[in-house]
Amino acid sequence: MNIGSPALNITIFGLFVAVTLAIVFRASRTNRTATDYYAGGRSFTGPQNGMALSGDYLSAASFLGIAGAIAINGYDGFMYSIGFLVAWLVALLLVAELLRNTGRFTMADVLSFRLRERPVRTAAAISTIVVSLFYLLAQMVGAGGLVNLLLGVHGSAGQNLTIAVVGVLMLVYVLVGGMRGTTWVQIIKAVLLLVGAGLMTLWVLAKYGFNLSDLLGATNAKGQPLITPGLQYGKTDTTKLDFVSLALALVLGTAGLPHVLARFYTVPNAKEARRSVVWAIWIIGIFYLFTLVLGFGAAQLVGAKQIAAAPGKANSAAPLLAYELGGTLLLGIIAAVAFATILAVVAGLTIAASTSFAHDIYANVIKRGQVPPDGEVRVARIAAVVIGVVAIIGGIFAKDQNVAFLVALAFAIAASANLPTILYSLFWKRFNTRGALWSIYGGLVSTITLIVFSPVVSGKIDPTTGKSASLISDTGVDFHWFPLDNPGIVSIPLAFLLGYLGTVTSRETSDPARFAEMEVRSLTGAGAEKAVVH
Amino acid sequence: MSTVPTSRTGGTPYEQVQASEEFVELRSRFRRFVFPLTVAFLVWYFLFVLLSAYAPHFMGTKVLGNINIGLIFGLLQFVSTFSITMWYRRWADREFDPTADALRERIEGGEVR
Repeated sequence: MNIGSPALNITIFGLFVAVTLAIVFRASRTNRTATDYYAGGRSFTGPQNGMALSGDYLSAASFLGIAGAIAINGYDGFMYSIGFLVAWLVALLLVAELLRNTGRFTMADVLSFRLRERPVRTAAAISTIVVSLFYLLAQMVGAGGLVNLLLGVHGSAGQNLTIAVVGVLMLVYVLVGGMRGTTWVQIIKAVLLLVGAGLMTLWVLAKYGFNLSDLLGATNAKGQPLITPGLQYGKTDTTKLDFVSLALALVLGTAGLPHVLARFYTVPNAKEARRSVVWAIWIIGIFYLFTLVLGFGAAQLVGAKQIAAAPGKANSAAPLLAYELGGTLLLGIIAAVAFATILAVVAGLTIAASTSFAHDIYANVIKRGQVPPDGEVRVARIAAVVIGVVAIIGGIFAKDQNVAFLVALAFAIAASANLPTILYSLFWKRFNTRGALWSIYGGLVSTITLIVFSPVVSGKIDPTTGKSASLISDTGVDFHWFPLDNPGIVSIPLAFLLGYLGTVTSRETSDPARFAEMEVRSLTGAGAEKAVVH
Repeated sequence: MSTVPTSRTGGTPYEQVQASEEFVELRSRFRRFVFPLTVAFLVWYFLFVLLSAYAPHFMGTKVLGNINIGLIFGLLQFVSTFSITMWYRRWADREFDPTADALRERIEGGEVR
């Protein structure tokens, strides 16, 4: 199926790339120190960082994925978006400001404030890098999957080329612009996404005379009304429990995502960190309200059958709706926005992962803090290149796999390995090194183990086609024993429990002076890192 | 004027601040605000999730045209999230920041050292 004009799509996307590259090169002129490279000099305002946060957060999975999930599964898709939004309250109330006041660049800064630095930094950096890589891989594969529909690129070579182009462009943003340049890319992307989706929402609503009830009358391919709860998750007791498990991972995972945490350091103080989350919540919330309309609009105007037959399946719902509404030009704009989205998110993830490697592992674990600041940034750049290359190669190998579960997996790891230790170290005086290590490694290992032995990897068969719905396409291979797709309901409580058990079984006593400094600093901002003045 | 003890009472400056009346009050006000609110929004969110998963017929009850109870519940999650956000912001700007800023200025100004 060919719709739209690939040449036009590529032109609009090229325009986005040209404008953002110009801005990134401008921004790079003020990049001098590690604080510039990792945290954009901590000089962004709350509203700017709020837009960048939503730019980082609204990945292809949440823009194309949620609009598609609503178009195919209606109400059940809508439930997704609510988890993604409510999660921000955890970040707002418990994490953002305290993290900004205590840390410098990474989550490990907060943990190592009063725990034994080297083991804790290593653990936190490993889980940061693992979460980033899984998320990154999902984005890269998403980019490859979209090219058929959006750019008219056919065949394996074309997809590989697209993945490579996305990877290389992303590296240019990260290497040249650092956090400052990347932040501007996120801001531009967030504005484009919001304007594009808002325009389409108004258009759809106008077609229905602003009568929400009429719009919600859409049905799926079997003729069931989409507004009925349970179309996707209501089938069996297992699928219901799976949804509860996913809901838990979504709501607790956001405040542990490395590229979200890194953003709290790009503002001058805790008050601006708070403002930035307030802005992010408004932008993300409004955007998800748009996707509700877009999803139902796509189901009505494009139709479930046509969406399912399109190359990107559910992911193509929003682009197909754009074509239905505004023809070639609107499709071109939305296609470009979709690619900008992927590009910006992979840039944010790469910078978070490479910062963690350079700052935590290299500078503080290997070199024990004895590195000149520019040496650290040089390592961060090398790490970014390595991560970019891994993402490109991984994306090319995984491009035909069903990897949508990787995003849910990244949230589950963030919620199990990262959030418990962050909360414990901020709020629990007695928390110690063993508690942190048990919680991080326990959360990480249990999440990955449960996924490997879940139906996501082996043993799930699509009842209608008889083909494998798992990562392993051979239906004869089946080693799953964990019934759920989403491990969160087991791994998250387990990680909290391990953090508790590790702490109470260890004889290490927490250093009262360090805890006092951390607690006073976290609430008052005394001694917190200041913005860079150029 | 200052109720922050001086260094003669022992401990690091931060420990002295941590033990001071103002800080204890600030911390307990912060916790009294954010902890119950966190519990509340999590309970409210999981009520929506569990009802959607385990009481689909109730959530599917139509109220107005095609609009059902579940959709209203879902939209109320947006309303509650926006409201909690603005409520917290207002509280933090007015009630929390002035005390926290005053303490910070005293610590950074070297008054407690």
